[in-house]
Amino acid sequence: MTTVKSLEDLKKLREAALEKRAVKTASGQAQVTVAMGTCGIAAGARETMKAILDTIETENLSGIVVSQTGCIGLCEKEPIVQVVIGEQPKVIYGKVNPEVARRIMKEHVTGGKPVEEYIVTA
Amino acid sequence: MRELALHILDIAENSVAAQASQIRITVEENTHADRLKIEIIDNGCGMDPETAQKAVDPFFTSRATRKVGLGIPLLKEAAEACSGGLVLESASGKGTRLEVDFQRSHIDRMPLGDLPTTFLALLVGAPQVHWVFRVRADGSEFTFDNAEMKQALGDVSITEPDVLSWLKATLQAGVAEIQPAESYSFQFG
Repeated sequence: MTTVKSLEDLKKLREAALEKRAVKTASGQAQVTVAMGTCGIAAGARETMKAILDTIETENLSGIVVSQTGCIGLCEKEPIVQVVIGEQPKVIYGKVNPEVARRIMKEHVTGGKPVEEYIVTA
Repeated sequence: MRELALHILDIAENSVAAQASQIRITVEENTHADRLKIEIIDNGCGMDPETAQKAVDPFFTSRATRKVGLGIPLLKEAAEACSGGLVLESASGKGTRLEVDFQRSHIDRMPLGDLPTTFLALLVGAPQVHWVFRVRADGSEFTFDNAEMKQALGDVSITEPDVLSWLKATLQAGVAEIQPAESYSFQFG
């Protein structure tokens, strides 16, 4: 890997991202959180996270905040994903395999409609 | 867990939880010595000797949400089943160093698995941390340090689509380049 060249690429990406941000409408920021405790990881949370990131990449979704949290005490429901859009209340999803993660990204994060059958009521 | 890369993700999450600002992960394969070694060093809150000793016990956890902590004990058991072992050194307020080592050719040794995805998950999940990833095999080495990346990105998020593409490609290409010298399959006759 030629570090200097790839960092130059990254700087160009930064400029492009800043331009994109300027034209983005303020529809409320989407925050997607994946639980990454031992229980989550053992249940496949890394692949869930990957599916979320891959969707952002392939669908070119700008402005989504992806983060992680530890074990939230619902180990049997892992992998768990939490979605918050703008000022709306937090939605907690359980048993989120990569396929369900892609659905959540499409239907809830982009479409605004929660995927009811995977919602966990804690 | 089915991959060492998943264990790495799990152990590094302990470092993140310990409020570390710098975490270094080294994966080293040595075919000549037939060892595979993983080292995770952080500058987090650390543990006193008593707690460090307890951390390898499955019925100890610092967490309140559940009563068992399986991460370190699981990895220790996996290593011991492969003529290896796990060493945990920690000092309160200074940080923690975990080293785990396996007989590389051992039949029960888990595959390394998807290191680029583990690294990506850590970079995205804990962007505040200064991460240094090193993958070494028989003299060749790939290093990824996110300090330069952060500087180049400024206030642009790591989860912007173009940045993710760049990161994924960089990590995948870097890790793929590091192959042990004797990675050929056995040939008979």
